[in-house]
Amino acid sequence: MKKKIAMYWGAGCGGCDVSLLGVHEKLLDLLSVVDIVFWPCAMDFKYEDLEKMEDGSIDIAFYNGAIRTEENEEMAKLLRKKAKMLVAYGSCAMEGCVIGLANLYGREEIFDAIYLNNETTSDGKVPSHELPEFLPVLKTLDSVVKVDAFIPGCPPPAPVLEEALNALLNGETNFLANVALCDECPRRDSKPDKLEIKKIKRWHAVNDDGRCFLAQGIICMGLATRAGCKAECITANIPCTGCMGGIDGLSGTSTISAIASLIDGEDEEKEKEVIESIQDVIGTFFKYSTAKLLPYGRVKDES
Amino acid sequence: MARVGVFVCHCGLNIAGVVDVKKVAEELIKEKDVVFSTTYAYMCSDPGQNLIREKIKEHRLDSVVIAACSPSMHEETFRNATRDLINPYRLEIANIREQDSWVHESKDATEKAIKITKATVEKVKSNEELEPIKIDVERKALVIGGGVAGIQAALDIADAGYEVILVEKEPSIGGRMAQLSETFPTLDCSQCILTPKMVSVARHPNIKLLTYAEVVGIDGFVGNFNVRIKKKPRYVDIDKCTACGDCEDVCTVIVPNEFEFGRKPRKAIYIPFPQAVPAAYVIDEQSCLGIAPLRCGECAKACEADAINYDMQPEYIEEKVGAIVVATGYDLYDKNNLVEYGYGEDADIITSLEFERMLSAGGPTQGKVIKPSNGKEAKKIVFIQCAGSRDKQHKPYCSSICCMYTAKHALLFKHHVEDGEAYIFYIDIRATGKNYEEFIARVMEEERINYIRGKPAKIYRQGDKIVVEGVDTLLGKSVKIEADLVVLAMAIVPRNEAKDVARLLKVAIDEHGFFKEAHPKLRPVEAVTRGIFFAGCSQAPKDIPASVAQASAAASKVIAMFSHEKLEKEPIVAMFGDACTGCRTCFYICPFNAIALDSKGKAYGIEALCEGCGVCVAACPVGNIKLPNYEDEQIKKMVEVILE
Ligand SMILES: Cc1cc2nc3c(=O)[nH]c(=O)nc-3n(C[C@H](O)[C@H](O)[C@H](O)COP(=O)(O)OP(=O)(O)OC[C@H]3O[C@@H](n4cnc5c(N)ncnc54)[C@H](O)[C@@H]3O)c2cc1C
Ligand code: SF4
Ligand code: SF4
Ligand code: SF4
Ligand code: SF4
Ligand code: SF4
Repeated sequence: MKKKIAMYWGAGCGGCDVSLLGVHEKLLDLLSVVDIVFWPCAMDFKYEDLEKMEDGSIDIAFYNGAIRTEENEEMAKLLRKKAKMLVAYGSCAMEGCVIGLANLYGREEIFDAIYLNNETTSDGKVPSHELPEFLPVLKTLDSVVKVDAFIPGCPPPAPVLEEALNALLNGETNFLANVALCDECPRRDSKPDKLEIKKIKRWHAVNDDGRCFLAQGIICMGLATRAGCKAECITANIPCTGCMGGIDGLSGTSTISAIASLIDGEDEEKEKEVIESIQDVIGTFFKYSTAKLLPYGRVKDES
Repeated sequence: MARVGVFVCHCGLNIAGVVDVKKVAEELIKEKDVVFSTTYAYMCSDPGQNLIREKIKEHRLDSVVIAACSPSMHEETFRNATRDLINPYRLEIANIREQDSWVHESKDATEKAIKITKATVEKVKSNEELEPIKIDVERKALVIGGGVAGIQAALDIADAGYEVILVEKEPSIGGRMAQLSETFPTLDCSQCILTPKMVSVARHPNIKLLTYAEVVGIDGFVGNFNVRIKKKPRYVDIDKCTACGDCEDVCTVIVPNEFEFGRKPRKAIYIPFPQAVPAAYVIDEQSCLGIAPLRCGECAKACEADAINYDMQPEYIEEKVGAIVVATGYDLYDKNNLVEYGYGEDADIITSLEFERMLSAGGPTQGKVIKPSNGKEAKKIVFIQCAGSRDKQHKPYCSSICCMYTAKHALLFKHHVEDGEAYIFYIDIRATGKNYEEFIARVMEEERINYIRGKPAKIYRQGDKIVVEGVDTLLGKSVKIEADLVVLAMAIVPRNEAKDVARLLKVAIDEHGFFKEAHPKLRPVEAVTRGIFFAGCSQAPKDIPASVAQASAAASKVIAMFSHEKLEKEPIVAMFGDACTGCRTCFYICPFNAIALDSKGKAYGIEALCEGCGVCVAACPVGNIKLPNYEDEQIKKMVEVILE
């Protein structure tokens, strides 16, 4: 019997839906073993169609995108009800991803920046009616409903996806690699014996000599980020920014403690200088996981 | 299901004066898994320890929390007292004294004591039962530096029956003490009390003396250090040389003698000082003509013992030792740094060590106190204490011995020049040793030395006098002294090479470059790294009795270590999982070099070296490293309990 699957998008960019096509001809293999019962992005399905389905009748429901509106939340709950297995698909659903950075701001600030005070808007106004409520903070899927499995990545890279789909169709939920990216990184062996960072440099300002980015003073999150992507970014000469999530807690916190240990500025003053030279700490270390770091938004300083 | 007993100590009024200890015990018994709780006046006393033992038996406790003082005080005491009843690692201390009663006054202190104790109960419940790690020990010691401290340490260890390798970078052992004239407070002749010790070193069957040698590499760990020593070529075979001096007579190269601070000449082939050990000559390859291609060869011709060999090469020696004593001694702060005193520009302003040589019968003036500028007897001397010490511009610390030796200098000067006048500028007099105050009093009263409290303001030459101006802050009077000679009691600083030694040994030095002891009060002779000990002025400025005492202390630590079949070590060491990606973060930051990489570049721990500091645990980006009994889960639970 073919497995019934569903795919839904919450607050996301659409890249995850597209990523499913990234497995190329394997998609055909996939389609031969599954029935897609719900995928609004690709086929014409309506909310009622889903509502009508029997509870638990979907074998696997994939949810991509984060929970930003009431509608996202409602759909997540509905899918949970209808599906035997609910999978957080992609970084947004898993850790909140880039849009999770919005948790650094309040609703008012966000609306102000988007609808009122920005360079391309004049006489703007905040849309007010007939729209699902914009939640005070962005949430990840697992903070709203129980999630059975996670497929990381922004969007999930093809090798990760293939492995995940194979596993899930066999009822396996535990398929994530348990080592960090360095393990499969082509630059790993160029790490010097004593890794010490005397200066933090930004990637675009360095003439890349092909060695491990950290050895060149460039922040690379591969240290703490889950392997599996086959080092796509590094292979394209771009340091890892951590979309696959952390091995031990958030990759951001782990990378910060590791990098802090590696900074060698001779004395405390100089070390402080090096640390302070890191631009956009949150955006660098928590690009994909601010919603996990700040699940309740930024707590305002009360003093 | 754990069975935890909680013992709350009053510590007299130290704790009970602030914390309601009864309440702590009452609250704790309500905790899950706590089957017994009580309080007692002094838990560490004999009856206190017995109480714990009895209750363990009576209530079949498998875990114990003692709410008392800091674990660094009595953790070991309590663990030892109960070792036969429960695993030592199932006993934990909740520090409610240093971290609570001593720092709080309000009723919150009781609240805090309850939280600290509850959190500790939470931890102990999930503590693993651990066994100490056993390490082999090589019963041979390395002593670096052959001053009086190194000599004493080497002799003590050797006398206990263990082998010692004593490495001295100069051609002779003896260090600074060999340069001193007479020593305070008893005025023994320095050479006379030192020489017998030097000779004992040379004769001791258990001591292998390597002079003109330096340690160039060290790896390994406590009980198992591998040391590489470089012996510089001396060009004279010490076994053959009879120290007859025939070679010296024929050598035509004359250079300044370092031992005399250049105030006396020596030849290119020389013996540093007559009592040198080993009693053998050495050729200084910098100035000798014979080592260069154009051979002179005169000394070899003159040497009947055939001891001279111009083809000697540096020799490298590998040794395995179990313990290391560092005794690299001190130097004087460079006088040229004290521009305010005009040293260097003026021959009649000298350092205290130069003055020691001047007072020595074997020194450049045969014990006559002279003005170096004209060779005439010095009648009026100004001594300046704290030259560079206790001065934020230079060295902020007290050099600790200058008050004493300056008094000695003034006294010896008066013995040499009866109608001489001596003035001493000082900030305070620090004479804390045995019979030291009496010595100072004697100098002040009997010898009528003029002590002037204050720092000199101006020093300049006027004709053949050095004029020192200043204010006597006790009398509130300005003083102006026209002196023949000025002696600076220069600050004591570590030897230049000390930082290289520190780097080789991977031990810490303090902000001034002195070796840093593990604990300033409780572990003053050992490094944080096990198996490494400090003695003498390498650790801090001190006089001979203190150097010798510290050397004996270091030696007895070594001897105690060697007396064990195997060394035991805390089993709280980093444990590596299999998620390592070889990022090397831990490898880089481990302060004890306790991490190595296997052939695949994955990290593993070296148990014997790991001090359980936990740095790597925090740094590993994939959480691959754990410290037993300090697991994340345990710490999280403790935090939860505290935040409840
Ligand atoms: C002017 C003056 C007068 C003093 N008078 C007195 C007194 O009257 N009474 C008193 O009690 N104290 C006196 N002292 C203090 C006394 O000199 C010291 O306490 C004592 O010499 C310290 O001995 P030490 O072995 O620690 O150091 P040192 O004597 O400095 O010996 C260190 C030895 O280590 C060697 N060494 C250094 N680095 C290395 C290396 N890398 N490898 C191998 N070898 C190395 C050195 O060559 C040296 O031989 C006086 C000090 C001064 C400056
Ligand atoms: S830190 Fe980045 S560049 Fe270096 S080995 Fe790891 S993943 Fe590769
Ligand atoms: S290298 Fe890093 S950012 Fe790039 S795909 Fe892999 S995990 Fe994501
Ligand atoms: S060989 Fe060197 S040491 Fe010997 S006499 Fe000649 S110069 Fe002096
Ligand atoms: S716990 Fe400390 S000493 Fe032990 S391996 Fe880790 S960093 Fe090194
Ligand atoms: S820090 Fe962690 S991942 Fe990196 S080398 Fe050490 S154990 Fe391996």
